[in-house]
Amino acid sequence: MISGVLLFNQKGENLIFRQFRNDCRPRLSDVFRIQVISNAQVRSPILTLGSTTFSHVKHENIYVVAVTKSNANAALVFEFLYRLITLGKSYFGKFDEEAVKNNFVLIYELLDEILDFGYPQNTETDTLKMYITTEGVKSERNVVEDSTKITMQATGALSWRRADVKYRKNEAFVDVIEDVNLLMSAGGTVLRADVSGQIIMRAYLSGTPECKFGLNDRLLLDGAGKASTTRAAAGSVTLEDCQFHQCVKLGKFDTDRIISFVPPDGEFELMRYRSTENVNLPFRVHAIVNEIGKTKVEYQVAVRANYGTKLFATNVVVRVPTPLNTANISTRTSQGKAKYEPSENHIVWKIPRFTGQAEYVLSADAQLTSMTNQKAWSRPPLSMSFSLLMFTSSGLLVRYLKVFEKSNYSSVKWVRYMTRAGSYEIRF
Amino acid sequence: MAANRIRSMFPAAPRKGETFELRSGLNSQFAHERKDAIRNTIAAMTLGKDVSALFPDIIKNMATNDLDQKKLVYLYLMNYAKSHPDLCILAVNTFVQDSEDPNPLIRALAIRTMGCIRVDKIVDYMEEPLRKTLKDESPYVRKTAAICVAKLFDLNPSLCLDNGFLETLQEMIGDSNPMVVANSVQALSEINESAPETGALKVTPAVLKKLLMALNECTEWGRVTILTTLAEYHAEDVKEAEHICERVVPQFQHVNPSVVLAAVKVVFLHMKHLNQELTRTYLRKMAPPLVTLVSSQPEVQYVALRNINLLLQKQPDILTKEMRVFFCKYNDPPYVKLEKLEIMIRIANEKNIDQLLMELKEYALEVDMDFVKRAVKAIGQCAIKIDVAAEKCVKVLVDLLNMKVAYVVQEVMVVIKDIFRKYTTYLSILPTLCSTIDELDTPDSRASLIWLLGEYSTEVPDSTSLLQTFLASFIDEDPQVQLQLLTATVKLYLKAPSAENQTILQSTLQTATSSSDNPDIRDRAYVYWRLLSKDPGVAKAIVLAPRPKIESTIPSLPTTLLDELLKEISTLASVYHKPPNTFIGQGRFGADAVQKRAIEEERQTNPSTAAITAAAANGGGNVENLLDIDFDGAAPASAVAAAASSGGGGLGGLADLMGDFGGSPQSASPAPSGGAGGAVGAGTSGLDDLFGLGMGGTNSPPPQVAGLGGLESGLGGLDLGGNSSPPTPQGAQKKTNEDILGLF
Repeated sequence: MISGVLLFNQKGENLIFRQFRNDCRPRLSDVFRIQVISNAQVRSPILTLGSTTFSHVKHENIYVVAVTKSNANAALVFEFLYRLITLGKSYFGKFDEEAVKNNFVLIYELLDEILDFGYPQNTETDTLKMYITTEGVKSERNVVEDSTKITMQATGALSWRRADVKYRKNEAFVDVIEDVNLLMSAGGTVLRADVSGQIIMRAYLSGTPECKFGLNDRLLLDGAGKASTTRAAAGSVTLEDCQFHQCVKLGKFDTDRIISFVPPDGEFELMRYRSTENVNLPFRVHAIVNEIGKTKVEYQVAVRANYGTKLFATNVVVRVPTPLNTANISTRTSQGKAKYEPSENHIVWKIPRFTGQAEYVLSADAQLTSMTNQKAWSRPPLSMSFSLLMFTSSGLLVRYLKVFEKSNYSSVKWVRYMTRAGSYEIRF
Repeated sequence: MAANRIRSMFPAAPRKGETFELRSGLNSQFAHERKDAIRNTIAAMTLGKDVSALFPDIIKNMATNDLDQKKLVYLYLMNYAKSHPDLCILAVNTFVQDSEDPNPLIRALAIRTMGCIRVDKIVDYMEEPLRKTLKDESPYVRKTAAICVAKLFDLNPSLCLDNGFLETLQEMIGDSNPMVVANSVQALSEINESAPETGALKVTPAVLKKLLMALNECTEWGRVTILTTLAEYHAEDVKEAEHICERVVPQFQHVNPSVVLAAVKVVFLHMKHLNQELTRTYLRKMAPPLVTLVSSQPEVQYVALRNINLLLQKQPDILTKEMRVFFCKYNDPPYVKLEKLEIMIRIANEKNIDQLLMELKEYALEVDMDFVKRAVKAIGQCAIKIDVAAEKCVKVLVDLLNMKVAYVVQEVMVVIKDIFRKYTTYLSILPTLCSTIDELDTPDSRASLIWLLGEYSTEVPDSTSLLQTFLASFIDEDPQVQLQLLTATVKLYLKAPSAENQTILQSTLQTATSSSDNPDIRDRAYVYWRLLSKDPGVAKAIVLAPRPKIESTIPSLPTTLLDELLKEISTLASVYHKPPNTFIGQGRFGADAVQKRAIEEERQTNPSTAAITAAAANGGGNVENLLDIDFDGAAPASAVAAAASSGGGGLGGLADLMGDFGGSPQSASPAPSGGAGGAVGAGTSGLDDLFGLGMGGTNSPPPQVAGLGGLESGLGGLDLGGNSSPPTPQGAQKKTNEDILGLF
């Protein structure tokens, strides 16, 4: 399995070198620097040299690299590297060169804990934070009973929850967050529209509560092939696929379609899902872009909100790409502000508040400088970002959330919905 | 510069006599100063500085109650134990004490670290603590000890066997804690892999039951371990296979992609025992999770896509409804885009072809040259794969031709040639093709047009004059183009034996036989010449023989290789689409074994030269693992060996790649692979010589391994996936091969 984990900065300096197996030599860091970092031609994240395989992920301004010598499980290696990044982010706020340099001791400690002989162990942030801490003082306080408890949790069947959680007020917050992805052709036909959603839960519940969770879904899996599922009946949603946090009892879901779980304490991602049918697109974009001769491009972009008038989207940003040789741009908007950003080669049109059913227009002229080698403009797609509260593109709703606990306390539950733009792209 | 960096990382570190400063810090009377010094030592170690001289001073700081400090000291020990094997003995006492500490975290830390100190002396002391910790009351310690058995086995297998640790591990599969189970299985499977004769991991029905029990409860990584073991298990009967699939299917819903892939692997492998109906159900259940993988992180996505590619070759229709999810996003990294294209053409059928064609046309207008070329090629592959779509595809290709972008035109030409090999109904576009002649400056595209001219010389009105323009620069052309030119002129003559064509033919053959340096071209010209002078009728029958139709130009792996790779789902082998033994060496066991044997042998026969041999044997290890060069005290001889091996290795890598292409029936190109094979022979014999000098009778590593050491140079193509297009002129080459074969 993983023979070593290495971190590099962008210059190729080795920040962290942790070997887990005998076959990972210090010299390998030079090999990686020469073969990958200073080699512009490398396009693949996996590189095998001799019998050594480097799998790397680039995050912020560092390279996170795993060295393997065997026919390792590539999916696991990459997933592990991403988990390491997630851990780094939750420990230091940001996982970049500075954070690594300032916390290298802690990173060695973490690596020691999450990998043993190259095999990933427990990588749950919450559990790790109990005994690997940023303040060195804390660990001295570790009395024996405490660590016994910790170790039980780090390995136990309920590795995600402490047994003795207590709250005066038992509350659970559920956030349904959907990222809507769209790819629309120049002609206005939807090439691809899907929703990838997450349900984030913040549970502040005492004891060991057993939760049951229900949605207005109709899973494709249970009745595929039957005519009834082809048309989603009013008020129900077809989820293509869903994945659950490890606390969810998968076996139970597979047989009875019940999502039941003992939640971790605090915030966690309960499930992820995907839906492709009946996607409600919150915005319609109509873009007309004309290249007039070689020196001018005319834009006419209209955006229309497709949701009810009571709702409004915030932070709506439309990015309209411009040719690389744009010299000057003049814009007019019916709402919001538009600005040309030369470094990014696009016009950024910001609309702070977009009410339902409204339609706003941007028109712009781009003056181009003439270039000696006229290369055709690749016309990258126009993209949008926004967030829209109390709206789900898939139509998903939470039907119930029940909490069962020995002491039978009553709990308060809150549900929030939000739709954001995933990759919302429109070709023109 | 390095010093500067240290300063920026640790402002306190002074410039002069760094080691001295560190040492005085380590021996300070204040605990916090000692701790800081340890920290700084570790920092220097990370930067690649040699701080091994501080070993004794660090060891003094080992006995402490500060867990952080202990961890740092242990980290140092793991790195430098090898350079001070004698001093390690000083650490043993602390280790043994720690392994009995009341705090389970410290017990686990001690046993974990002990296993990582690869010094024989320590190993002897490990026995007792390991035995105790394996039976520890805390599962955290037990799970750490389980892995430690694998570490010990790696160091000293016999000690491990004598103490019955393997049996203990096997018992631990029944442990109440799922993580202990997972780690025991992991340790056993590693031991089993390195030493199959131990039979360490035998899955019996009882063990199977325990594994399935633990599966639902352990951590995500543990699940991967257990699933991998389940995938290797051969179910005894249909019922058992059914049971396994049933228990594993829920894991499709796990959030970790590697768990999903591992579960797919188990179900896919056990599915073949099930009846058709169940198989279909499982295949249907498999599709949504596979599609979900496509929205994960790009690197994970890449691994998933490569695996989906394999699965599709076995089960072509599992994802036909999901075409849209494979559409490329504008900012997908290039390796993901290319892989998505591969998958799209695999799942293309009559129903979704229109949608796909629109998309492909869009891609062909992008700016990334490689991607555009691949998109054009994909259009051609669709045309050949789906009869009804051929016309639309050809229309799109002609549209692209009219864009007059050089690299697009060239690629279209190559693709259209393949289309003509299947359909001859599009003769009307030939004049359009010929008009692009000025844009063609790659050998592939020129050869393609020449082939078309030769093949359809009667249909193209000015074929003679067009060919003549090519012939004017015959000598400067690429050999591949020259060969095509030869064949085309012969065809031209045979189809229209006019006086003019005869002169052209005559002069071409003359030039080819007299002025070409390339034996292939001379030979081909002679063969044609003799054939024509002997009996033009026979020549016509041979050269103009009807061609076998092609069915598909989508590369696919041979069935045996595919089946082998399906057992490797989600591993590197499945990403490269190559069997694992082609890119991993004998592993550390192999390398160590060769070295040890060599030294041992030499010691017995000739004690005086043993030292030299040891150095050379280091070199031997280097050949196996070019990158492991870590000249800790090796003689310069090993450097020479390594240098030589990199030369030989480069060729080997090439030969290996070639061999791979040669292996697939699509691109039978015996000539080049044969050539490279010869080269590797030469390379390895060179190595043999070198080793002959160094170590008399020892076995030099097998040539294949030496070759792989240098995949480095051959790997340029591999990094974009193992099957980065077989030699593109495959059509042409195949054709010429057929021509030659026809002659004899």
